[in-house]
Amino acid sequence: MTRLDPRPGERIDRSRTITFTFDGKPVEAFAGDTIASALYAGGRRIFSRSFKYHRPRGEMDWAGQGASSLVQVDGAPGIRASSEVVRDGMVVEHQNAWPSLDFDVMRMSDIAGGPFTPPGFYYKTFKWPRRAWPLYERALRGVAGLGRLPERQDDREWRTEYRRRHCDVLVIGGGIAGLSAAIAAARQGADVVLADDDVEPGGAQLAEGGHERVRALAEEARAAGVEVLSNAPALGFYDGLVPIWQGDTLHQVRARRHVAATGAIEQPLVFKDNDLPGVMMTGGARRLAALWAVRPGTTAVISTTGDRGLDAALALREAGVEIAAIADLRPDAADRELGAAVQAAGIRLLAGMTVVRALGRNGVAGAVLARVDPTGKATGTLEEIPCDLLAVSGGTAPATSLLLQSGAKARYDAATSRFLAELGDGVVHAAGAVAGHEDADAAAVSGTAAGLDAVVALGLGGATAKRELTNERKRLDVLPPQSPVAAPPAYARDGRRGGKAFVDLDEDISAKDIAYAVAEGYDSIELSKRYTTVTMGPSQGRHSQLASIRVLAAVTGRSLDDVGITTARPPWSTVPMGALAGRPFEPAKRSAVHGRHRELGANVKWAGDWRRAYDYGDPEGEAKAVHDAAGLIDVSTLGKLLVRGPDAGAFLDRLYPNRVSNLKPGRIRYGVLTSETGRITDDGTIARLDDDSFYVTTTSSGAGAVYNWFTWWLADWGMRVHITDVTQASAAMNLAGPRSREILQSLTDADMSADGMTYLDALPAQVAGVSCLVLRIGFTGELGYEIHCPAPHAQDLWDAVMQAGAEHGIRPFGLEPQRILRLQKLHILVGQDTDSESTPFGAAMPWIVKLDKEDDFIGRWALERAVEHPASTALVGFSLPDGDVPAEGAAVLDEGGAPIGQVTSARHSRQVGKVIGMAWVPSAQAEDGAQVTISYDGRTYDATVQTSPFHDPEGTLVRS
Amino acid sequence: MSFLLTCPHCGSREVTDFGFGGEVSSRPKGRPSRRELNEYAYFRRNVAGIQREWWVHRSGCGAWFLAERDTRTNEVHWTATPQDAPGAPDRGSSHVEGAP
Repeated sequence: MTRLDPRPGERIDRSRTITFTFDGKPVEAFAGDTIASALYAGGRRIFSRSFKYHRPRGEMDWAGQGASSLVQVDGAPGIRASSEVVRDGMVVEHQNAWPSLDFDVMRMSDIAGGPFTPPGFYYKTFKWPRRAWPLYERALRGVAGLGRLPERQDDREWRTEYRRRHCDVLVIGGGIAGLSAAIAAARQGADVVLADDDVEPGGAQLAEGGHERVRALAEEARAAGVEVLSNAPALGFYDGLVPIWQGDTLHQVRARRHVAATGAIEQPLVFKDNDLPGVMMTGGARRLAALWAVRPGTTAVISTTGDRGLDAALALREAGVEIAAIADLRPDAADRELGAAVQAAGIRLLAGMTVVRALGRNGVAGAVLARVDPTGKATGTLEEIPCDLLAVSGGTAPATSLLLQSGAKARYDAATSRFLAELGDGVVHAAGAVAGHEDADAAAVSGTAAGLDAVVALGLGGATAKRELTNERKRLDVLPPQSPVAAPPAYARDGRRGGKAFVDLDEDISAKDIAYAVAEGYDSIELSKRYTTVTMGPSQGRHSQLASIRVLAAVTGRSLDDVGITTARPPWSTVPMGALAGRPFEPAKRSAVHGRHRELGANVKWAGDWRRAYDYGDPEGEAKAVHDAAGLIDVSTLGKLLVRGPDAGAFLDRLYPNRVSNLKPGRIRYGVLTSETGRITDDGTIARLDDDSFYVTTTSSGAGAVYNWFTWWLADWGMRVHITDVTQASAAMNLAGPRSREILQSLTDADMSADGMTYLDALPAQVAGVSCLVLRIGFTGELGYEIHCPAPHAQDLWDAVMQAGAEHGIRPFGLEPQRILRLQKLHILVGQDTDSESTPFGAAMPWIVKLDKEDDFIGRWALERAVEHPASTALVGFSLPDGDVPAEGAAVLDEGGAPIGQVTSARHSRQVGKVIGMAWVPSAQAEDGAQVTISYDGRTYDATVQTSPFHDPEGTLVRS
Repeated sequence: MSFLLTCPHCGSREVTDFGFGGEVSSRPKGRPSRRELNEYAYFRRNVAGIQREWWVHRSGCGAWFLAERDTRTNEVHWTATPQDAPGAPDRGSSHVEGAP
């Protein structure tokens, strides 16, 4: 065990033990441990196998930034063991290794490696013979990728909630700078959100000596009213919208001002076998010791380019690690204050040297240190020092990605050998290490200044805030300079053969691979990135971007400034697809009577958003019942609008090509809606309830669009009209058939006699004790009543009608029989029989357009022209001798056999004894008795055109 | 595309709450010529700059309103109901077919 005695500021609770399994074996951990810290405490050093070469990998940063600790947790792949906190009963498995993590046969690709695995290897090698690709693909799929997706769909989905949060200031990053900024802004009255990706705010200081200070600041921030989000990485900057992923919630935060306090990322060094387990960043080693009280190693060698490594040496020694030596690339390291301090503590300091190779097979056993020339080649004697921990620090790179996404420009800073973000005058401020203020005190001051800057820009805080801002800026100006950091060589090496120097551990890209890409002509940073995939792994270039730029600069002989930086793109932190896709959301609408349809054995299908009864098992029998006795169909899906107000009639006159305002109260008229281009967009009935009120129905699928259409024009015209959408509030059912009058009369005191309630009458009535609006219309072609009622009473009404109709032979009928019935009457279905080119004239409804109307209406001008230039095709009915039913969409051919129209509806009708349908045919043939040729599936049919209904052409039944 | 719009009734909301009705253009007053009709029905100015346009609060109160927005930056200068919109009320404007 390498667990240390209790450490001040540790994150674990030693009084609570958590047990989970790793590859089937139980592992004991303390509450607050991560998977990786618990495994490391138990002696495990290898956490994963690398992407391409299957090399053993340990964890380097202990903050879950890289891909080295990816494991499978409870079936979910790609979880970072070094940041995932342990839970009881968690099932953790390794991924990307077979048969085991400690012995992986695919390591062959590393050992044989070399010539077989350069960049682009797959594309170059597996392209011939082309026929064999499916074979290659299957083999390659087997070895590519990390982890396995759960087999069952249910195990791959979870709920993600979206939360929209608008605030004054969003602070990204909860280190000392971010906390200071949040506190400063909140104290001036701003509504502040702070998002941090660790389990608690505090940032680098949590593990680097300032835990008391930052934890106190976090408390202060909460007390000041800051909403602190932990475990909440910001994913990117999208036009001012910052998505923040926090477990099952995706916060979509929109702030008026942003403070980026994203810190700086400690950089690894590039040298031979720099990926061996046991190589860590100094910050990683310190986190392991400070937060989880785990000793990162027994004997350490430290290789650094600045004070960070010296500082780490003292901290690690204090945690019980013996420091064998420090190589500090700065020649004057020994003369510096910290250099003197480590030497005084008895630590061997090798100034001007750096690590050129890590020794060991499956873990660090030693380090080779040397002086190097500017290209990184070792000069002079090599010094081999045995150790089991090699802590490295290649300086830091400001985490500028979010800033760059927000529009800041990258600028190379020669003095510190790194890229900084140059802010514009936008809504984003930067604070702390990302802005170059790395020391704790400097970060705090710059944070406070940024927070005040943000509130002053928002006009909050008044004169006090302005005065404080001036003071903070003054303090910022007199801060002591940062300690110097040496620029490491692109690629340090000892000149001996063997070993790989990795630039990108996620993607297994070595310095050699980048040189290879340059040799092949991919010599710009953007091209070599795409060719080699460097920086494209889970860490998104956190540890590899600067290193890859250095290698490219070295290989091409250019400066870093000249090579430049690749475009920063979201996501900055990895996020499950599911969190972005949101939860599956396919709303289904069901009528209030739906339960009854199910009980009656309805065949339920989708109809737009609705679940509808297509039939009850016998569509033709159901249609027959309507002809012979009575049928009841649920038509609750119809759109229903109440249009009320003194101008209601005039308003509808402007929307419909026919007249509405002269409709008498209690009467109904059919109406077609046209667009400005005269095309049919919807149809339905309009019932006038009284002088100022109309009850308008629309098609089922058009309900929303018609409501929008009406309200849009109303907003434009500003008439005295109010529109209420009662589609969901009202249910409707159509009682149709010769016996329907008797059935309805038995349920109401209202006069339903042929004279009392004539065709196209609308009458409010109590039916079976329910307040209804009864519309006498005849979509089915038989005597019929459309009964509208409040949805909550619909099922009672349905039951009452069915009960009353039982003795008359009533049957429920579905959508399919209704389609047969309406086809017999040549009643069109908008969208089925018409398309976006259909005018009322083409659709054989010239009578619906009243061009003699005094006033303008929507589509009038286009319809006037349509009269002048008749369309080449027209919608007609057709019949075929009983037999095959041509599919909807079958072509109508002209004499030459070329398609000129199409079949829009076709059904077998038992009532008519034929196959009947509707089709668009040449206008010249749009007359009774004309013959047209229909072609479908290689066969042709000779159809007879009919322009009048097949059933009851005179309409005596509906009027009876 | 991501920005905020202020519904005159409900207040500031994400743009995804709204439906877009296109730029405001004027409907011919009298009987238009064929050319005028075609321009009205099919052509839009599509400016790169400040544009007056229709929006509907689809996921909210359902109201249609006007906005003036810079199409280059998505900066919204104002939103208002048609009767409260600055300048002469542009009654009888063009509505693109197919509601949002």
